[in-house]
Amino acid sequence: MRIDSFAFLPRSFRPLFERPPRLPEHEAAVWTPFSKRLAEAKIALLTSAGLYVKATQPPFDGEREKREPTWGDPSWRPIPADVTTPELGMMHLHLNETDILADHEIALPTGTLAELVLEGVVGAATTRHLSVMGFQQAGLEVWRSETAPAIAALLREEGADGVVLAPA
Amino acid sequence: MPVLARELEAAGFPTVLVTPMPDGAEHLLAPRILGVEFPFGHAFGRPGDRRTRRRVLESALTLLSGSGAPGTRVDLDIAWPQPRGEAYKAWQPKVASPLVAMMLARQKR
Repeated sequence: MRIDSFAFLPRSFRPLFERPPRLPEHEAAVWTPFSKRLAEAKIALLTSAGLYVKATQPPFDGEREKREPTWGDPSWRPIPADVTTPELGMMHLHLNETDILADHEIALPTGTLAELVLEGVVGAATTRHLSVMGFQQAGLEVWRSETAPAIAALLREEGADGVVLAPA
Repeated sequence: MPVLARELEAAGFPTVLVTPMPDGAEHLLAPRILGVEFPFGHAFGRPGDRRTRRRVLESALTLLSGSGAPGTRVDLDIAWPQPRGEAYKAWQPKVASPLVAMMLARQKR
């Protein structure tokens, strides 16, 4: 079966998302094979819900976005794998944050991944997972030139074998 | 997000994207796509729904480790448990985002 990509989207949004423009550098397929067995692999999670650790990290910049509606904060935050929901804040002006702040596992399932590691289904989880703020138009170039390389460096340092990304 | 998936894939990390918009992700040539017909902000289900999030994450990991060609797409056959109209309203912010507010203002002109 094929799901409906527009099931929960206002009809007026559909043209924006139906055939989003491709970057010229992204016209060809890209592929890295998954080389290990899952039970021996280390997995990282990445959410675009704009989550941050309240005690140690600044929120994503929503004030500038309010002034410049086509700009989204292109920075990123490492999220400790053992984080608990009350430790997290969320800055995402395009979403109702109520459910994610009640249970962050619906956007970044750190505990669920930890369970799979305990059961031996997955080899390991990285000690840090990742958060970005998913609304990117004017910030997209910075995402490509700065954010993605910085995240790749963290994944390399962590020894990650694969990444599960979940747009919010 | 498909852009970020592609950048990380190009940097040597296999990726899988869990998304409510698999059509757009396919168009943007994301390497591996798991479609979920869930409201935005709920890629792994509703708060407290351990069964669903486990099923989604396990499906994503199976796709990550088992697919053999770029552009592999699997859509999960899980119906969202809330009435569609209710869910449609629930994921949206209480105040329109700056971009939506700008678009609405333009439409009114």
